[in-house]
Amino acid sequence: MADAAAPGEGARPALAPGVRLRFDDTRQAWLLLAPERIIETEGPTQDILSRCDGVRTIGEIIDALAGIYAADRAEIAADVLALVGELAAKRLVRL
Amino acid sequence: MSGGAGAGLPAPLGLLAELTHRCPLACPYCSNPLALEGRAGELDTAEWARVFAEAAALGVLQLHLSGGEPASRRDLADITAAAHAAGLYTNLITSTIGVTPARLEALRDAGLDHVQISIQDSLPESADHIAGYDGAHAHKLATARTATRLGLALTINAVVHRANIARLPELVALAAGLGAGRVEVAHAQYYGWALRNRAALMPTRAQVTTATAALADLRARYEGRLVIDAVVPDYYARRPKPCMGGWGRRSLNVTPSGRVLPCHAAETIPGLTFWSVREHSLAEIWARSPAFAAFRGTDWMQEPCRSCDRREIDFGGCRCQALAIAGDAAATDPACALSPLHATMLDLAAAAAAGEPPPYAYRGRQPKILERSQQT
Repeated sequence: MADAAAPGEGARPALAPGVRLRFDDTRQAWLLLAPERIIETEGPTQDILSRCDGVRTIGEIIDALAGIYAADRAEIAADVLALVGELAAKRLVRL
Repeated sequence: MSGGAGAGLPAPLGLLAELTHRCPLACPYCSNPLALEGRAGELDTAEWARVFAEAAALGVLQLHLSGGEPASRRDLADITAAAHAAGLYTNLITSTIGVTPARLEALRDAGLDHVQISIQDSLPESADHIAGYDGAHAHKLATARTATRLGLALTINAVVHRANIARLPELVALAAGLGAGRVEVAHAQYYGWALRNRAALMPTRAQVTTATAALADLRARYEGRLVIDAVVPDYYARRPKPCMGGWGRRSLNVTPSGRVLPCHAAETIPGLTFWSVREHSLAEIWARSPAFAAFRGTDWMQEPCRSCDRREIDFGGCRCQALAIAGDAAATDPACALSPLHATMLDLAAAAAAGEPPPYAYRGRQPKILERSQQT
């Protein structure tokens, strides 16, 4: 559905209700916990999810990642918007 | 690595805590055993808290507070707080009877992450008839709305069978209207109470075919709004489900009195020895309990599983179903087309679905004298 999958840079994404991001000591990995779902997160996905706090805008998250990865902002922006849209469609993130 | 199962064993991901077998409802497909445990033997709050701490140390991530009806326990908020304190993702599986808005708010404040509510049908009268409880449906709808108002994530679970399978689209629409983020469409699983009620519950193949097509349409229609998960209709399958993700591989089930089972129906299998959290730590049970070792891995398998290239994909299917149909818990699940009993299982389904459905045998509604003798 297009309504959930088209975030703009001004949106302030947060983890959806019932979704938790935590570091698991047993498996030494960051995990996204959701109803009947456990997803291991790493790299850029983890960098984005850890900033989905309902406070930062997508634009600010893009700026942060462009800094971390010393990459072209437009390229990072496309990736972040696509990922946040996908996570929102799966109801793991709300906008 | 800290914690975990050690010795090359994977750490379990989930634990289902049957806090009590007491329940005001009497659903004819209840997953509790035919011999329900009584209140006197139930683990107390402190015992559950210890189990949760041990589970978290073992690597368990998600906890399902189930029953019976977990709200039948007055200490449910304390139990929830203990689970949250242990760091577990905590899911309440409830019929909602006994869950008031104030109680639900207390559970949320205790750290509850998610609520799963079962809906028996989209038609209130039919729903209450299936649950064996007048007014259950209306209470479920009201509580579901309270859950989403409180900001709790909500899953609606719909067990489908002959009496409601035609209204799958209405059930999913109802869940969407209640604000659920996820729907579980679960064909009845024929062990225990559902096996006893098989002739009343089994849908026809035509009904299952229609429902499967409807499910595909519903997934497309609700994409991005509602996650729809499905539990397959075993009797009409060609491949068995990877039951529990493999025996003793991902999950534990703790009964009200503390016996630890590889799955909720495992006590139907004769000859298995279950250890209790009252005598062993959860880590010991996971690693060394005879019941967990019995069907772990692939060494126990017979042909055609033993040489099958899917043996570590579906793990031979469901042990309880193999027992129920083949009379041997180590046999290939007859849901598999490679089982010599696959045609027999289809015949059983056809025969069960052909006749007029008999009345339900409701759980917990036997004559009192029988109930008492079962608990001794």
